[in-house]
Amino acid sequence: MNLTLKIWRQKNASDKGKMVDYPISDVSPDMSFLEMLDVLNEQLINKGEEPVAFDHDCREGICGMCSLYINGEAHGPDRGITTCQLHMRMFKDGDTITIEPFRAKAFPVIKDLVVDRSSFDRIQHAGGFISVNTSGNTIDANAIPINKHDADKSFEAAMCIGCGACVASCKNSSAMLFVGAKVSQFALLPQGQVEATDRVLNMVKQMDEEGFGNCTNTGACEVECPKGISLENIARMNREYLAASLKG
Amino acid sequence: MSGIFNSSIGRKFAMALSAFFLMIFLVMHVSINFTSVFSEELFNELSHFMGTNPLIQGLMQPILIIGVIFHFVMGFILEAQNRASRGSVKYAKNAASANSSWMSRNMLLSGLVILAFLGIHFYDFWVHEMTVKYIEGDMSGLIDPNVADSGFRYYEELREKFVSPVRVGIYVVAFVLLALHLLHGFNSAFQSVGANNKYTKGLKGFSKVYSIGIPALFIFIAVYHHFTH
Repeated sequence: MNLTLKIWRQKNASDKGKMVDYPISDVSPDMSFLEMLDVLNEQLINKGEEPVAFDHDCREGICGMCSLYINGEAHGPDRGITTCQLHMRMFKDGDTITIEPFRAKAFPVIKDLVVDRSSFDRIQHAGGFISVNTSGNTIDANAIPINKHDADKSFEAAMCIGCGACVASCKNSSAMLFVGAKVSQFALLPQGQVEATDRVLNMVKQMDEEGFGNCTNTGACEVECPKGISLENIARMNREYLAASLKG
Repeated sequence: MSGIFNSSIGRKFAMALSAFFLMIFLVMHVSINFTSVFSEELFNELSHFMGTNPLIQGLMQPILIIGVIFHFVMGFILEAQNRASRGSVKYAKNAASANSSWMSRNMLLSGLVILAFLGIHFYDFWVHEMTVKYIEGDMSGLIDPNVADSGFRYYEELREKFVSPVRVGIYVVAFVLLALHLLHGFNSAFQSVGANNKYTKGLKGFSKVYSIGIPALFIFIAVYHHFTH
């Protein structure tokens, strides 16, 4: 396959940045999208040019590091996958592919296609955990009976890998699907009840302080989420938050 | 409890509550208007009751006006915050239609059209009503306040408004936009108050009936009076 890549190049956080065209030839349809970018970078390095910076780590869809806004969609045109799981067979010979970083005020560009998603870490630090005594007398979590339906829902929420596709796809740059998933995974389990009030209040407060937008329920986040996190989680977070606010 | 309406979730909750109130009001409004299609007398009686009842005029009308203003002002505040959250650089290519509906992405546009329509609507009916009742002091509701059997004026005034094809056209466009606004807003309000459960699928079906049915009835009433005048 011969392709034209239109890639966002930005030297650093303070650089203005611009789209740059790169022709690339002999791309295998069996390559992953990141492997295609590896090939491009090899060519750029061989020519003495600066390679394109992009985030990646596990390359098997579980770490949440790879991002990229490809042809107008987070993680590209396929559904239920991360960019590392996107294959070049999704494109046609001769295609022009636009590759941009995730855009949001709370996700500032560090370089080229790499964005700073540490705002998600700070939201997690604000309450995305349970406090368990691990001094040697820890109770096995499996010893606590949990309703199967709730356990499944919690597991589904916990599948969120924190990639930020929800924010990138949202016209309001809202992080409600991410925070909703992180709140839900504990709200559905007995272990999460003790700190439930503080958790949701603190995580939402941090989310707002980071500058994410307000959810207008367009549902774009759910469609583009590589893990299929449901909007139910946002509704659950809303209920948790409103109940927690009444408790104080 | 303090600070709830300073949070993103609290603001959306408040927005949803005002939406519920306005959606209930729409049902009441269209129900009364629809009586004009089959009974001049009933429409006049209901209009006179709504226009002179102290509870409705003194309590419900101010609440409605506050509700309308709140819904629009909060909508603008949320939109301004959301625009700021997007950052200064836009996507060079954004396939928004691949993951969301036109209605959900253009609530501001449909809202602005409805707001413009409300300006005309208030000028047509509300300002006139307020002038007659509270400035001229005529609470009789009669065509000629000096003639006791001259009959109520409401039905004739309504018919008169829909003579103009331009005004009817504006009504049709505004209510089509209202339908588009409701097609997203109805379910969105439930989601904002945390209602996403086993009833959501059924609610989505009902929302389509409501969102298309209520504006369609308003359009029918305007068109009916235009062609039967």
